[in-house]
Amino acid sequence: MTTIKKLWIGIGILALLSPLGLIIPALFGAGGAWGEWSLEEMKKLVGYVPQGMQKLARIWRSPMPDYAVPGQKQGLTIESLGYVLSAIVGIAITAGAVYLITKLLGRKNGSD
Amino acid sequence: MHIPDGYLGPATYGTMYGAMIPFWVMASRKLNKTFKAKQAPYLALGAAFSFVIMMFNIPIAGGTTGHATGAALIAILLGPWAAIIAVSVAVIIQALLFGDGGITAIGANCFNMAAVGSLAGYGIYRLIASGSDAKSKRRLIAGAVAAYVSLNASALLAAVQLGIQPLIERSPEGQPLYSPYPLSITIPAMAIGHLLFFGFVEAAVTALVLKYLQRNAPEMIP
Repeated sequence: MTTIKKLWIGIGILALLSPLGLIIPALFGAGGAWGEWSLEEMKKLVGYVPQGMQKLARIWRSPMPDYAVPGQKQGLTIESLGYVLSAIVGIAITAGAVYLITKLLGRKNGSD
Repeated sequence: MHIPDGYLGPATYGTMYGAMIPFWVMASRKLNKTFKAKQAPYLALGAAFSFVIMMFNIPIAGGTTGHATGAALIAILLGPWAAIIAVSVAVIIQALLFGDGGITAIGANCFNMAAVGSLAGYGIYRLIASGSDAKSKRRLIAGAVAAYVSLNASALLAAVQLGIQPLIERSPEGQPLYSPYPLSITIPAMAIGHLLFFGFVEAAVTALVLKYLQRNAPEMIP
């Protein structure tokens, strides 16, 4: 097997293991990253929601917010499945986009 | 360290887009000149790695989490300009599809994680590794140190961008309009997690992959 195939298998394993990035913080009762709070969390932290933040925070509605399938039920099992699916979708789109960009940009050098 | 929408005011996120665009232009030019089309699958792999490794949130004391980015590793293996493209695309997809990092903050997040993360990682790796054999231990140490510094540089920049908000963006009544914490809080908060923990995670991930490649595909280590 070529090295790149083996490395892709490694990416696949990481995608399947990705719910660890959800489950382990949940086990320790950790929230999100520092400085990435929701408006509700912000209100709890400082007692108010900054006005500009209030306006800007919902400027974009992502289709799979927080690496979850929209409308999915709560619970670590379902959330883990949504997380794996998000990993697979994200990996496919990211890799596909970079492949296309690089092919287009690097085409002048041909295939030597 | 994916800064969400609403944390940076327009002056900051606009400036950061302005700062990032030259890096994207330069990266495209460099790729056009030096990158071979057959390397495309490797860069796609690198981008996929960066995307998925950022999903591994690790909790630390204090109730927050952090993660590695893979920027230094990709920069070491494929060059800093290629890494800027790969990590930028991962960050942009995370923002657009998964709401991880804001769309207004794409410039800032790409500047911190992709541009500075890749260039710092690459520079430090070359500095320490130059002249050593591809299979040498020095390469592993170089990769680990580069990864550690790279992630911490990214985190420090995010902390500065967040921390200047209450200085420059205030309501007439003096209340912060965006991220409310001053530099004296943002810098220690971000630095402690990354200096004591996440930096070592990035270092370990980078050294492990380099070790694997040394054993199985040393030709991939430039």
